[in-house]
Amino acid sequence: MEDKNIYEYTLMLADSSLIMGQRLSEWTGHGPILELDIAITNIALDEIGQARLLYQFAAELKNKQEPGSKATEDTIAFLRDAWDFKNLQISELPNGDWGQSVLKIFFLAHWQRQMYGKLIYSPIKNLSDVAEKALKEVTYHVRWSSDWVRRLGDGTEESRGRMQKALEYLWPYTQEFFEPEGYEWDGIFENAGEDFFENMKAGWNKEVSLVLTEASLTLPESHTYMRKGGKKGLHTEHLGHLLAEMQFLQRAYPGCEW
Amino acid sequence: MDTEALQKEFDEKIEKDIKIEPKDWMPAEYRKTLIRQISQHAHSEIVGMLPEANWITRAPTLNRKLILIAKVQDEAGHGLYLYCAAETLNITREEMQEQLLSGKAKYSSIFNYPTLTWADMGAIGWLVDGAAIINQIPLCRTSFAPYSRGMIRICKEESFHQRQGYQILLTLAQGSKEQKAMAQDAINRWWWPSVMMFGPRDADSPHTKQSMAWKIKRFSNDELRQKFIDMCAQQVEVLGLKIPDPDLKWNEERKHYDFGEIDWDEFWSVVKGYGPCNEERMSARIAAHENGKWVRDAAMAYAAKQDAKSKSSTDKTSTKISKNE
Repeated sequence: MEDKNIYEYTLMLADSSLIMGQRLSEWTGHGPILELDIAITNIALDEIGQARLLYQFAAELKNKQEPGSKATEDTIAFLRDAWDFKNLQISELPNGDWGQSVLKIFFLAHWQRQMYGKLIYSPIKNLSDVAEKALKEVTYHVRWSSDWVRRLGDGTEESRGRMQKALEYLWPYTQEFFEPEGYEWDGIFENAGEDFFENMKAGWNKEVSLVLTEASLTLPESHTYMRKGGKKGLHTEHLGHLLAEMQFLQRAYPGCEW
Repeated sequence: MDTEALQKEFDEKIEKDIKIEPKDWMPAEYRKTLIRQISQHAHSEIVGMLPEANWITRAPTLNRKLILIAKVQDEAGHGLYLYCAAETLNITREEMQEQLLSGKAKYSSIFNYPTLTWADMGAIGWLVDGAAIINQIPLCRTSFAPYSRGMIRICKEESFHQRQGYQILLTLAQGSKEQKAMAQDAINRWWWPSVMMFGPRDADSPHTKQSMAWKIKRFSNDELRQKFIDMCAQQVEVLGLKIPDPDLKWNEERKHYDFGEIDWDEFWSVVKGYGPCNEERMSARIAAHENGKWVRDAAMAYAAKQDAKSKSSTDKTSTKISKNE
């Protein structure tokens, strides 16, 4: 059913944004300097803001499909278990040091820019509207994180070492970005040909590699084991803990207004 | 001009409510008092991010989460304006930071109390931000111009913070039995520390007299405290909750609420560093500073490399030009 695809695709985008925003918000109050604390908090706000709009649309779809289900942005975010979450695994990984967090933003923002850049042409108006707003935000995230990847990669010996280590840790999680699940096709993109995802992947690779090279970082060997499964609900151990914390109040006091 | 004439000019400005700008002459003690007060205020904003940040990841709805994150981020912004205002008095942000981390500089004791439930986000907004606003509104008219300008901006945001806190409590107060209990418990824990935010009694406040003469402060601690208590005593009725002070009652003669005695032993012990979270708050600030060192160093090193590159390319261009000439 087409609506089910749209629903799942919307969740995949929304969950990736929410989980990323949730993680980044852990930095608030703990950043390396005030200006960076404010900057990373802004990105967290943008991500959670995008997630809200997408969940509101998802709730609408769900309520249409299953009358009486009373879904809201909050029931979807707070009352599902890990296996129902479709976020990219990279978003749930721990923040690590500042460099690891910046590199996470860098990879995800580049993916979001590719995705939203196509989604603005979607025939589904709710999605193209969100994409239009989100594209502006993630374009800024791309710029901000690219600047910092260059700075930290090409800064001191210590910073380069930390960035290289973060790169080796995160790189395997980027493989699933452009491996489409079944729900990513039908009805969502117009005129999406065979090479649709391949082209996005090539665009992502080109942009990302350019910055990493400028940052004097070395891409890991291609035979590195690649992680995947987030988009269909297969996650790392980290997601369960993140959800336990995020969903605590809704679970401990069910059915309340907050 | 000799010091006497400068002092006279300064006194006249204060007398006529003309603001003092950073480049104006000012008495050394006035400068010192302001550095102490503004930096302490900035530190309070920064340390004050921690108790609320403690609930960001557990906020109960997406909307509440966004509002809370934005609120804590505002506090970072307030810290930034205030550090900038203090810097106009010839002290660097690094020096102020060092004073905070070494324990030499103080910050508001209220942030040494723990946030134990979600209702604390409401109580902090209503009581702590409420007390801060009462303290800060007169500071919009303070005699040192950069401080006054910063405070005008800060007060606008603070009143939004207070409303969102009150709204959290109102929602809880109208919610389930547990939610109502949570709200009352938070008020019980935050009430007295909030009343203490106005500082020692006027008789025990060493700086008040001089600060009022310089129009840095406009009202005394006790006057502001009374104003706060009068305001809360009315607002708590709407919530249908109680303020934990059996002596709180309207005094028709004074046209103010009477209230019970503050536990001054607790007040001084938290000021001296023995509050429930002094250690946690300082450790968190120190950890953020230390863990961020490599990032700051890398940014400096990168900037230096970029400078060198652009300099060498300018040099090359100028060599070319001179060859062509």
